[in-house]
Amino acid sequence: MSILSEGQSGNRVLLMGNDAIARGALEAGVNVISGYPGTPSSEIIQNLLQVAKERNLYVEWSANEKVALEVSAAASFAGLRAMCVMKQVGVNVASDFLLHLSLYGTRGALVLVSCEDPGALSSTNEGESRPYAQMMEFPLLEPGDFQEALEMTQWAFDLSEEIRNVVMIRSVTRMSHASGNVVLGALPTLTPRAVFNHEGPLLGQMEGPVATIPGIVDFMHRRQQDKLKKVTALFDASPFNTYSGPEAPDLLIITSSVCHLYSKEAIELLHASHRVGLLKLGTTWPLPPKTLEAALRRSDKVLIVEETLPLMEDNIKAFAVERIGTIGPKTFFGKKEGALPPINELNPDCVVTAIAGIFGLPYEGMPATYADRAAAIAAKGAPVRDLTFCPGCPHRASFWSIHAAIAMDNRRGFVCGDIGCYTLAAGATGFKTLKTVHAMGSGAGIASGFGKLAAFGFNQPVLAVCGDSTFFHAAIPALVNAVHNRSNLILVVLDNSGTAMTGFQPHPGLPTDAMGGNALALSIPDICKAIGAKVSICDPFDLPNTQKTLLALLEEKDGVNVLILRQPCALSPQKKNKKRFHMHVDNTKCIGDACGCNRLCTRVFKCPGLTWNSELKSSEIDEVLCAGCGVCASICPSGAIEVKEVE
Amino acid sequence: MENGIPLVADPYNLIITGVGGQGNVLASRIIADMLTRLGFTVTIGETFGASQRGGSVMSHLRVSARSCYSPQIPKGRAHMVVALEPTEAIRVLKDYGNPGVKVIANTRPIQSIGVICGEQSYPTEEEIRAWLCELSESVWFIDTTQAAIALGNPIFGNIMAVGALSATGALPLQKDQFEAVLREKMSSEKVAVNLTAFDMGREMLSRTQHPLH
Ligand code: SF4
Ligand code: SF4
Repeated sequence: MSILSEGQSGNRVLLMGNDAIARGALEAGVNVISGYPGTPSSEIIQNLLQVAKERNLYVEWSANEKVALEVSAAASFAGLRAMCVMKQVGVNVASDFLLHLSLYGTRGALVLVSCEDPGALSSTNEGESRPYAQMMEFPLLEPGDFQEALEMTQWAFDLSEEIRNVVMIRSVTRMSHASGNVVLGALPTLTPRAVFNHEGPLLGQMEGPVATIPGIVDFMHRRQQDKLKKVTALFDASPFNTYSGPEAPDLLIITSSVCHLYSKEAIELLHASHRVGLLKLGTTWPLPPKTLEAALRRSDKVLIVEETLPLMEDNIKAFAVERIGTIGPKTFFGKKEGALPPINELNPDCVVTAIAGIFGLPYEGMPATYADRAAAIAAKGAPVRDLTFCPGCPHRASFWSIHAAIAMDNRRGFVCGDIGCYTLAAGATGFKTLKTVHAMGSGAGIASGFGKLAAFGFNQPVLAVCGDSTFFHAAIPALVNAVHNRSNLILVVLDNSGTAMTGFQPHPGLPTDAMGGNALALSIPDICKAIGAKVSICDPFDLPNTQKTLLALLEEKDGVNVLILRQPCALSPQKKNKKRFHMHVDNTKCIGDACGCNRLCTRVFKCPGLTWNSELKSSEIDEVLCAGCGVCASICPSGAIEVKEVE
Repeated sequence: MENGIPLVADPYNLIITGVGGQGNVLASRIIADMLTRLGFTVTIGETFGASQRGGSVMSHLRVSARSCYSPQIPKGRAHMVVALEPTEAIRVLKDYGNPGVKVIANTRPIQSIGVICGEQSYPTEEEIRAWLCELSESVWFIDTTQAAIALGNPIFGNIMAVGALSATGALPLQKDQFEAVLREKMSSEKVAVNLTAFDMGREMLSRTQHPLH
């Protein structure tokens, strides 16, 4: 049962932004959906999977975003409607193919959804992909509320077929993961047939081979730009661009996406609706010239509100220069002159501050005395909650061993990391073991580079880690590179049998696919061996054996060694809420501060399942949190932590 | 959509806060679904992802009879804070509190790893009580975790908080809508125990009849 398919046309329901996008795609009659998980995008595919069978969809979690886009493109070339979903960084991965795709164009609709994370609420960067639309010349839509998230997605499919090119929808965390009310439209009944017509002429959009080759690029590029001209006209007529406010306001705000809601609220908080006009653009590239010109004529002062780069700001300024003869000179406010912060996500208060600054209006969000007192109390009364691996997480155990082995080896070895739950190991929860963190698979790639520096006197041991999903996504080429070039490194694959960070999506190493069908599970050890690496496998919960293996690998000076640390994620379906061991601390044996172990369990190992009882001066197990993995028993030097097998 | 039911403020700004894993997201969705059924326009702002791993979590609910509001409440504009963990209430008030705000706080602490490892200290229950009283118009302290464990699972604490909120009368939250929403979201065996949790929350709140100040 899913609201995505149950909800009848005309029903008013509460949907998360990502659900609204998914429903919009269903209302458009989407057939094929592909993507790679990444917060805040994952729920779109996750939700469509639940209705895949009843709506006759093919849904796939692909190995990475470039492949995902290629899979969706194939569907489009076969005349089907496709949607490809990723987070902002995924568009970078897909970008190589995307450039070629947008040059040739598409057949059936192809909608690319990029869910971005201004403020990096759950990302390692706040990059954005709107500039790709401009750089690669395809249209960009940004929904300004939940209803639009649905309707715009639905329309994006029609638009894509009208111009036969990719259409991108950009959402942000505060839209994707926020929820609001939406009135549903109707779901179509479809019986699509996939056929790839490749016998026609090379230059035919709908019949010939889909190929961009030297000699025809200029034709294709011109055709692509003609499509954009058509888009410009369509955008000028689009109901997703709206103006509200006085005929001739003192200030015009131009905004898009969730910033529209922030701007609306800021105007209300300042009681400034008689003075401020609001142009909300749903179509942000290419800009709709007539709409924009009409709005710019209204006011000499213009504030542009957007996250993260000043992209609209730059484009609108350039437009205003072109039209200065008809619209007159303007004063612009935005990120560039400092009315809005140049980094981080925005909120209603940012916009209030900008408007109040321009008008010189007073505004106090919180009485100053209250703010001071609340800040003082919070400093004492609200202890910081650092992120930590879950109780029973195999990564805590893995990094405990990696950290210990590097320390014992004592040659300033270090670990290059990448993206997943285990990125937390750059902090205290993983004993600050990661020393580089960049993109998916970059740990292995960077290690491959470090491993070639011996000629320059470099003699530190080099390790890299990647997760099992990341292994398939981007670590394989890096491993190929390291082996081929005879680099020296140890790659530790933290195999917890799923893409844990984003909600346990399957990947090519698992025997089921996204839709629950039988899939071929690819063996990570076999792949590594085939590439030419030496492979060992350990259970990270077996601390002594893992550490012994790591130490032996550190002794080996040459070549590429892969150590696979295999233990399912604590939240995996087979483990969740099932304890393997019943744990108990014998408080006569636990001598805490006095034992010289520096309270190893709670002060250093820091599993949240362990707490410190300052009255008893002993560690304790928190029954509510402990996952019963048994690992802490092997770290206590006094043997105070006892394990009992749960039958 | 007009339903004729008045709100004490429009938009009414509610924050539900706690620690990852306490059921914050479900509680906020249930409340929002109940209000949607009454014809209100509701926006929930929340973030999840990395924050679920031991971090603070917070949902912003905006309830309006007029229009769709931003998923982020402006600074200092919360009307009510429901905290599934007591120090999280303090953290929220720092940014969203004001002298007129009301608070419902679960009394059972969840220590952070900074506290467990001795780098930070966790305030005493007396301190928390005094500070929350100082920073709000009224506070209801209820021990939902204890009651939920008695009911069989600490996770029911979030539903008790929903029940407690309904008993304050701050929002038009009735049991029949609660039941209807549950029936949509859960299997029938789970409905009964959640209804009990809702009633227990209501009851706990009304026992704290005169909110502390
Ligand atoms: S979700 Fe799994 S992998 Fe991630 S921190 Fe928790 S236990 Fe570890
Ligand atoms: S057994 Fe020990 S290490 Fe494992 S979850 Fe429980 S407290 Fe943590």
